[in-house]
Amino acid sequence: MRGYGRATPYLFLAPYLVLFGLFVIGPALFGFWMSLHDWDFQLPGKPFTGLQNYKDLFDPLSTTSEPFWHGMRATAIFTVASVPFLVALPLGLAVLLNRRFPGRTFFRAVYFAPYVLGVAVVGLMFRYILDTSFGVLNAGLRLLGRDSDIGWTTSMPWAWIALVGMTVWWTVGFNAVIYLAGLQDIPAEQYEAAQLDGAGAWQRFVHVTMPGLKPVFVFVVTMTVLASANMFGQSVLVTQGGPGDSTRTALMVIADTGLSQFRMGQATAMSYVLAVCLAVVSLVNFVLLREKK
Amino acid sequence: MKRRPSVGFWVLVIALTVVFVAPLVWMGITSFKSVGESQQTPPTIWPEDPTGRAYGEILTTGGQNPVLRWAINSFVAATLHAGLVVLVASMAGYALARMEFRFKKAIFGLIMATLFVPGFVFLMPNYLLMDNLGWLDTLWALVVPGAAGAFGVFFMRQFFLAIPRELEEVAMIDGANAWTVFTRIILPNAKPALATLTVLSFLANWNDFIWPLYVLFSPERLTLPAGLKLLQGAYTTDYPVIMTGATVASVPVLILYIFVQRYVIEGVARSGIKG
Repeated sequence: MRGYGRATPYLFLAPYLVLFGLFVIGPALFGFWMSLHDWDFQLPGKPFTGLQNYKDLFDPLSTTSEPFWHGMRATAIFTVASVPFLVALPLGLAVLLNRRFPGRTFFRAVYFAPYVLGVAVVGLMFRYILDTSFGVLNAGLRLLGRDSDIGWTTSMPWAWIALVGMTVWWTVGFNAVIYLAGLQDIPAEQYEAAQLDGAGAWQRFVHVTMPGLKPVFVFVVTMTVLASANMFGQSVLVTQGGPGDSTRTALMVIADTGLSQFRMGQATAMSYVLAVCLAVVSLVNFVLLREKK
Repeated sequence: MKRRPSVGFWVLVIALTVVFVAPLVWMGITSFKSVGESQQTPPTIWPEDPTGRAYGEILTTGGQNPVLRWAINSFVAATLHAGLVVLVASMAGYALARMEFRFKKAIFGLIMATLFVPGFVFLMPNYLLMDNLGWLDTLWALVVPGAAGAFGVFFMRQFFLAIPRELEEVAMIDGANAWTVFTRIILPNAKPALATLTVLSFLANWNDFIWPLYVLFSPERLTLPAGLKLLQGAYTTDYPVIMTGATVASVPVLILYIFVQRYVIEGVARSGIKG
């Protein structure tokens, strides 16, 4: 039964599709066009340069290549360091919260609460907590007997540890909630059957929980990698990209190149290279995780 | 599975609670300290000499750091943004969930594909677009472009797929047109989903950092996150003032969260599980 005319679906879609075309598809295509030009926002002419911006990124002698790959390396370090924690710890938290106990909803809400704060608040808050001389973290460590202060925002590898740690604090509840929903979708009969077969808690986790969570797991890994690659605010606010340039992420380099130095052609070329890298990573993790069925 | 939780279990749950709450409490406490006390070692747990100086500094200095102005800007932008998202996403989601048309699969596929494209790809061209539209440094830049995101459409579509078809069929037999069915039957039945999407869109917009940082310039037009960055630059070591700004930015969303946390958490859970 059709109670509507041929054009009706398109009319319902129209408001969204106008926005989608104008602010997503249009910019995606136009951005690629920009990346083929010497697109300096402040200059009148924007000469076509073909793939020069891309070539420059792969030419060690060009001025854009070094900072870009330095930023890419920082982003990669952050992603590799944070994703295992952001995938594993929330799973533990979800298993914990999946048990029935008084106040479960309350604790779930508390663990999720940091995520409703923005990166600006979280960044400033940790900037103070991590301060080398009067931060409360070093004060706590002094109390425990450590006599030299750690430069959480000014020395390596501590800056990475601090940035990963605060990101885990901030977002662990988000992934935990997604896992928890996945756990609650696993039929109780499967656990009961496993228990009848004599499976212990660990075996039930490996043979019932893990396979049941597989689709959720693939989603969480993919989304977490994408989110980590977007790392920006934590470095801007807490370490200011330092010490040196070591926590200056790819996104900081792209934003600086395009929006502070107005070399937008080069910046968009960087965006597309980073996006392609991410697409490859997502595809690889998708295939790897799916095939282990 | 029905064992009673052990003592160790409770120790773990309480310890985690402390870990998640302590930084927030520390931020709030610091906002009432003097600069000197905030730099004291070892730090005082409770302010020895509580002062509202930091609040006075950022809430009244008007032109310099108009924190209240930023809060109002953030609130207006996030509210309008959430309203726009809910409107366009529910309409599009309804068409994609319940109507048959030629390019349905292609359109849905294209929208979903962008869910996995990182936002920075659109940063530069969108900035130029704002410039050409004359939207730089205006409310428009904060409200409109973000509403083109794929999440809302996906979220509403999933919800509409689960509404029983009989509901609309009865109305259609009575001769109601698609718009009437949508506004009189579907939307009233979708209130939980609409509320959830409103809250999620509001929070995302309220917390957005990178976009407002670059498209806004005038101090009086900033949103809270961009303003906090400015505050940090202006009061590098005056932590009570910075923590006060952060507190002012977090208290409204934490209060909102306390009232609607069920919606927020379920919305997040739903968006992941059916992905």
